[in-house]
Order: sequence, then C-alpha cells, then structure tokens
Amino acid sequence: MITALGQRTIAAIKAVGRLGHFLGDTVRALPDVRIWIPLALTQMRRVGVDSLPVALFIAAFTGIVLALQASYTFTGTVPLYFVGTLVGKTMMLELGPVLPGLALAGRVGASMAAELGTMRVTEQVDALETLAYDPQSFLVIPRVVAGVTMFPVVVAFAIAVGIVTGWLTSLALLGLSTPEFLKGLKLFYVFKDVWFGLFKSATFGGTITLVGCMVGLNTRGGAEGVGRSTTRAVVYSAVLILVLDAFWAMVLL
Amino acid sequence: MIEFKGVRKAFGEQVVLDDLSLTVRDRETMVVIGYSGTGKSVLLKHVVGLLQPDAGQVIVDGQSVPDLERDGLAALREQIGYVFQFAALFDSMTVADNVALGLRRREMSEDEIGQRVAEALALVDLTGTDDRMPAELSGGMRKRVGIARAIALRPRYILYDEPTTGLDPVTSAVIDQLMVRTREHLGVTGIVVTHDMRSAYTVGDRIAMLYEGRIRQVGTVAEVQATQDPLVRQFIEGNPS
Repeated sequence: MITALGQRTIAAIKAVGRLGHFLGDTVRALPDVRIWIPLALTQMRRVGVDSLPVALFIAAFTGIVLALQASYTFTGTVPLYFVGTLVGKTMMLELGPVLPGLALAGRVGASMAAELGTMRVTEQVDALETLAYDPQSFLVIPRVVAGVTMFPVVVAFAIAVGIVTGWLTSLALLGLSTPEFLKGLKLFYVFKDVWFGLFKSATFGGTITLVGCMVGLNTRGGAEGVGRSTTRAVVYSAVLILVLDAFWAMVLL
Repeated sequence: MIEFKGVRKAFGEQVVLDDLSLTVRDRETMVVIGYSGTGKSVLLKHVVGLLQPDAGQVIVDGQSVPDLERDGLAALREQIGYVFQFAALFDSMTVADNVALGLRRREMSEDEIGQRVAEALALVDLTGTDDRMPAELSGGMRKRVGIARAIALRPRYILYDEPTTGLDPVTSAVIDQLMVRTREHLGVTGIVVTHDMRSAYTVGDRIAMLYEGRIRQVGTVAEVQATQDPLVRQFIEGNPS
C-alpha cells in the first residue's frame, strides 16, 4: 500500500511538472505573433461560431426551467415578479457560464484532444517541429486564445437567450406581464453580475482549450491512445470547470 | 557534417542506443540499416532534436544539438529536411500547402513560395496535384509529397526514415531514384534509415549497420557487400538463420 501511495505521489508530482513545463513552453511561444494570430482567427470561428448552437440550445431550455421552478417555489409566498430576479441572477452568475462550459468541454475539449492526439500519433507534430515551427505557437496558443476570447461571447449570447426564454415562459405560462418580469430582473441587478459571469467563462474557455491541447499533445499509442486522450480531456475539463466555479465564487463574490 | 559521439538513449529500462558513435561526412549519403526496432528512427530523431540523448553528443555543423536553445534549434531545423516513414502530411492541408508550410516560416513572397512548391512537386513528378488532399493520394504519392516538402526548403541535410517501407518494388525504385536525383540536384548530406538492402545499395555512399544499440559495421557499399561479419552478412543476404 505504501508503495502504491508513493507511486501515485510521484505520478502526481510528475503531472504537475509536465503542466508547468507545458505552460512555460506556451508562454515562451507567445512572441511568435506572426504565426499564431492568423491561426487564432480560424480557431475563433471553430470555437465560437460553431459552438453557438449547442450553447444557445442549452441556455434556452435552462431559462424555461428556471422560470417554471421559480414560479413553483415562489407561488403563495413570494411575489411572482421575483421570477425575473431569479432567472436573471442565475443565468448571469451561474448557469449561463457553467452549463455551456460543461457542454463545450465535451464539444471543444474532446475535439481538440482528438485532433492533436491524432497529429501526435501520426508524427504530424514531429513534422511541424522539423519544419522549424513551435507546436505551442502553431497549435496551442491559437486554440487557447480562441477559448479565452470566444467563450465569453458565446456565454453572453447564452445568458441573453436564457433570460429571453425565461421571460417568454413567464408571459405565456405564468401570467406575468413584461413590466413585472423586468421589475424583478432589475431588482438586485449590479454590473458585477455580468462581468463575473463573463470573466468566469473566459477562464473556463482557457482551461478547456489548454487541457484539450495538453492531453492531445501527450497522446501515446495509436487509435486507442487518441480515444483515451479524448475521454481524459473531457473529464479533466469538467472537473476543473466545477473547481474553478467554486474558486471564483469564493474569491470574487 | 553530422557526428554522434558516445550517444546513449533509453526508454525506461530499455536501452535503445548504447555508446553509439558515427560520423556522416559532408555531401555523402549514409544508409543506416538494422533490424526492426533497433533504434534507427530514434537515431535520426536526435539529429533534429526531436529526442535528446541521455549521454553523449550529437553534433551538426559543429553545433551540439541538445545544447541548442529554442531559436538556435529552429535555425538548425531550417537547414534539415526530414522525410517521415508514413510521410506525416498535414491531413487538413492540400498538397501545395503541405509543401509550402516550411517556406512560410521564411521571409519569402507568396510568388516565390508558389514557384518553389511547383519546382519541388515537379522534381517528384507530382505536378498538378497541388489542390489534392493527402487522403486522396496513394502511399507512394504521399511519400513523394513528403520528399517534396523536405526538398522545397533547399536544405543542407535530408533525413529519410524508412522511405520505401510498405511500397511495391516499382514505387520503391522510383523513390530510390528520387533520393539519388535529390542528392545530385541539391548536393545535400543525407541519412537514410532502411532495412531495404536494394534501396541501401542504390542510394548509399556508405552503409552503417546498427545492432544492439551500437554501430556494428560501417563502410562503403562494396565493403559492406564483401563483409565477413556473419551477423552483417545474415542481415544483408536476408538469411533467416
């Protein structure tokens, strides 16, 4: 048991070392702007525009459910215009960033890990290096920049859609009027609600893309290795999103 | 000149290269032969710094490769063309973009790059394939694109990792001719890793046999063909025992 514990400890220390090394290499590659800026634009489209339908779909149904559950909880005890408060606050602070974040950990993180993992096992990453390119500036930085910049955009749309579907549900099913919903929405609103959600989503975007790239580039073995990396990227990203979510709540709220 | 001095490389418990020394002279093509899994590709990857030796030195043009910093290594790699065993083409790019990628690192106009790509593809008899994707090419064509990508850089050194493995005899002969033509055309120094003896005799100036992590024998094609070393004889004649 002591041996197993020791081995696990050594493996954990090695993993931290690899992460540090990976981050160091990424920072060193940042001055290669001529290489990563054009590639970042392509990745921004893939991460941002292509992720939008999934994020908006999730946000739309979250808004509906939030309105209905708020009404169920408040009826008879709290004035119903508080439905607007709950929908707005929850979408901006928590569910707007976290639910699309978890969904995109699957879509974006898995796709990056699979793509880079395949490139690794088919020696395309080695080929890139022999052509004097740094894989960090060619593969990693464009993806991380896209994640950090586009996740807040996607989440901003998701928050808006969630609030709109919450409002429509309140009108159609709960008998609330638009002024009542807006009154609730504005009641405890502070600007911090918006920037907190968007800042959090930027860190989620950076984490998902960084994990996807790191796991992908460390892929070993053939197709089986790529499969393992894909699963690992999704699991690590999802866990880190939840940990980061709690961390930012403790630090910033 | 490429020099390996006392190079040792192990992966975990498995020692692949053990006190290996070898010198590749300027403008010669050195063929490294040996059984599968003896570390021929590992040897090649040390030249471009894809792998670092555990001990010993790898020296290219008087520069110790493992000691090079990021920029120095990038500058060295710009002088080396590397042809991978399975071509390692970027599957999301067209043939022309694959060949042009290394050139885009340099201060060259798009016109110059286009011209260089066309020349390289012509040299490997693949003119007109610019817009095709790697998935649409045969194995032999992919290898030729890999060679075009390497020679488009007009490198001083070319490293070939099993260039004829998995190809039919006729396509293998075409690749051999291409390697000879490339050396004549560009005057490059080359290392060819292979276990295809016909290819080794065609393209090599000298042949080195790698066995149990060390160079068992090195000599001209004629010297290796006349070797009395039973182990080398067995390999080059392909005798099962």
